Parts: sequence; structure tokens; C-alpha cells
Amino acid sequence: MKRIGLKIAIVAIFASTVSANSSWAGESAAVRNCTWCHGTGAQGYTVAPRLAGQRPQYIMSEIRSFREHARNNPFSKQYMWGAVAALDPHTARDLANYFATIQPRPANDGDHTLASRGRTIYMDGIPEANIVSCYACHGPNAEGVRDIPRLGGLSYSYLKGRLEQWGQGYHSTPGSPMPMVATHLGPEEVEALTSYLSFVK
Amino acid sequence: MVAARSVEADASDDRRGGRIVRATGLRLALPTLVLAMAFSVSGHAQERMAPARGGLEAKLEYCKTCHGLSGQGYLGYFPMPRLAGQQPEYMEAQLRAFIERRRSNPVMRNVAHVLSPSMITALAMHFRHLNPPPFGGAPRGSIATGKRIYEEGLPEANVPACSACHGTEGKGQNEIPRLAGQVYQYTVGQLSGWKSERGQGTAVDTSAIMAPTAHNLTRSQVEAVAAYVSSLQ
Repeated sequence: MKRIGLKIAIVAIFASTVSANSSWAGESAAVRNCTWCHGTGAQGYTVAPRLAGQRPQYIMSEIRSFREHARNNPFSKQYMWGAVAALDPHTARDLANYFATIQPRPANDGDHTLASRGRTIYMDGIPEANIVSCYACHGPNAEGVRDIPRLGGLSYSYLKGRLEQWGQGYHSTPGSPMPMVATHLGPEEVEALTSYLSFVK
Repeated sequence: MVAARSVEADASDDRRGGRIVRATGLRLALPTLVLAMAFSVSGHAQERMAPARGGLEAKLEYCKTCHGLSGQGYLGYFPMPRLAGQQPEYMEAQLRAFIERRRSNPVMRNVAHVLSPSMITALAMHFRHLNPPPFGGAPRGSIATGKRIYEEGLPEANVPACSACHGTEGKGQNEIPRLAGQVYQYTVGQLSGWKSERGQGTAVDTSAIMAPTAHNLTRSQVEAVAAYVSSLQ
């Protein structure tokens, strides 16, 4: 963990010094600055989520919210605020489009025994407990749409962290329903949902 | 190196805090309050408490998660209709239609079947009084065409004027819905797929009256009308 932390810190420093007008190429320095933490092939690595197959509009909106410091959980604050500070909008768009075209691989790191319960919550919610259907916004296969992210196959630990942090009041983008969604979810529901999603192809 | 260490410390504080709050939050209000105060003092984000389960407030939050925080509608994977300012009789009729499977919708069927009749009435009364601005986002090019169809109909295609039932301002009445400010994509979807969603089964359903009208509109006429009504305040 310490080694990873150091690695991430180096990249954050690196990214912030990259010249804003560097020309774009498929496997450019800009891409390498992302994949250093987000994993080879952008498939995600420990706390850095998978970018492969993510909705380009979502990636761009997150870059914006890092820049505006709206997404403010500890890791975002420490790494992403600096990493996007020097990113010009054109490069951000090119990066988003590039990562969106990479075939995503599921993390498969959830608890198998909870997956079917998780799928039920994903599709139907729990109306009695005012837990909404995830499907209504994120789509039947958790593929996302526009700036609503693809969740299918993201790692259990990343998804769990996000849901818990919303409940704790972090990264509440104005107008986003997610803080409200997260406060209604109990720990068991979070476990089941995130386990299910980690297996979605 | 120093930066990396402080982040780890930060993250583990965060995890510990999270676990404590999760374990006690719902059962013990007082310790949670104390913790929340401690969090705000130490610069952490504050825990957001959900309203008590079972009450109207919690159910309203639930509705607004998808239908917009002011009931103005929302674009998820599916378009979620505006509920703000909606006619209560219409809203109650639709929630009953979901329960009785006269209106097919994979999400709303589950949502509606747990609602008691008194909760349905309370929800409908709440939303009728909301008045946020229209959701917006419709193409503007066909609004004039839409206005003409809305106000005059298309006699040659057996399409009556929408305004005859929905009112010149699109506010609706009784079981006839308000269309003013409705989410464009939702109206287009409803008018394009009327017969596959509304009036299912054999029971009498007043939505049948819209079936021929929806059928007689072309796609571009549907889009024009939807754009026009979405622009109404």
C-alpha cells in the first residue's frame, strides 16, 4: 500500500507538470499519466477505478468536478485535483473518447454468494425501504448513458467506497441524486449491489 | 513520500469513521449526532441522515431521486416524467394503472405496488403544488409547428387539437394530465409507444382515448408537439 501510495504521488506530480499544449496521440504521455494509476489497459488498479469502456461524457464531467473540487473524497483530493489541474479541455475530451473505446473487463472481486441479491436490488430497488432501482438510470446491463456512468464490472471496493462516501457527505455534485440514493442504502445492500456489479460483463 | 503517508492516514481515519457511523447510525440517534458534530469540527464531510422509513418525507425523497429533486423530471437511462404541477387525479389514476398492470412499466410496477391509497393521495397532493421551471433540452426548430398542432389539431389526419382536452396552457384537468413543461424525451416516448404501454389487459382504461390520436401522428409531428409542450411554463 505504501509503495502504491508513493507511485500515485509521483504520477500526480508528473501529471501536474505536463505541458498543457502537448499534442495528442493514441498512446501519448497524457494517456500514460492516467494508466500509471488506473492500470495497464485502463482496467483499474486498487483505488483508481477502471476507465476502459466508461462513458466519455461521464469521464469529462468527473474531470470537471475534480477541477472544481466538487468531487472531494480523500483520494480525489490528494491525486485527481492535481492530476487534472493542467489538463486542457481538448485533451480531456480526447482522453475520455480514447478510454471509452477500450473494451472493459469485469473486476470480478465481489462476493459471489451476494450477487443474485444484488441484482434484485439493482433492477427493482427495495420500494418498501425507499431504495430506488439503479436500472432506471444506469440501464439494464449497468452500461450507463451520457454522463451517467457505466457501473458494470467496476471493482467492488471502488463502488463500495463511493457509495459509503456519498452517505458521509462527500462529492455531492449539485443536482446529483446519488447522495440521496446512498443514504437509503444499508451496509448489507451496499455489499450485495457492489458484489453483483463487479461481475457484470 | 510525506504526501503519500498523510493520504494513507487520512483514508484510514475515514474508514474508521465510516464503520462507526454505519454500526450505530440507525439505532442510536444521539451518538450519531455527537459523531456528526465531531466530524464537522475535524473538517470531515458531514453524515447525511435519511428521513425515517415509512413516512411521507422518505417516500417523497424516493420519488424525487428519479423524477428530479424538484419534481421537474430527469433523464436517466429512461426519461423520467415531470411530476411537478401534475393533476392529482391523473397521478392517482396512473399509480393505480401500474398496480393493476393496465400500464406496463418495469420500474413503476414495483414502485407503485407498495404504496397505500392514502400515500398515493398524499404524494399526488404534494406534487401538484410544485412549480419548477421546465426541464428543457428540447430541439427548438419545430416548436412553431408543434404549437399549431397543439392548438388546431390535424383535421386531415384525424388528430384533434390537444388544447381541447389538455387546455390552452397545457395544464390538464382531473384525469387529463398536465403536459406543460413535460420532459421532451418522455412525451416522445409515450406518444410513440402508446399502445405498448397504456391500456394493457382487458379492464377499461381511460387512456384508450389517446390511442388513435397517438397512432395518427407521424414521428416528426410527435416531436414537434413534444417540443412545444416542453416549453410551456
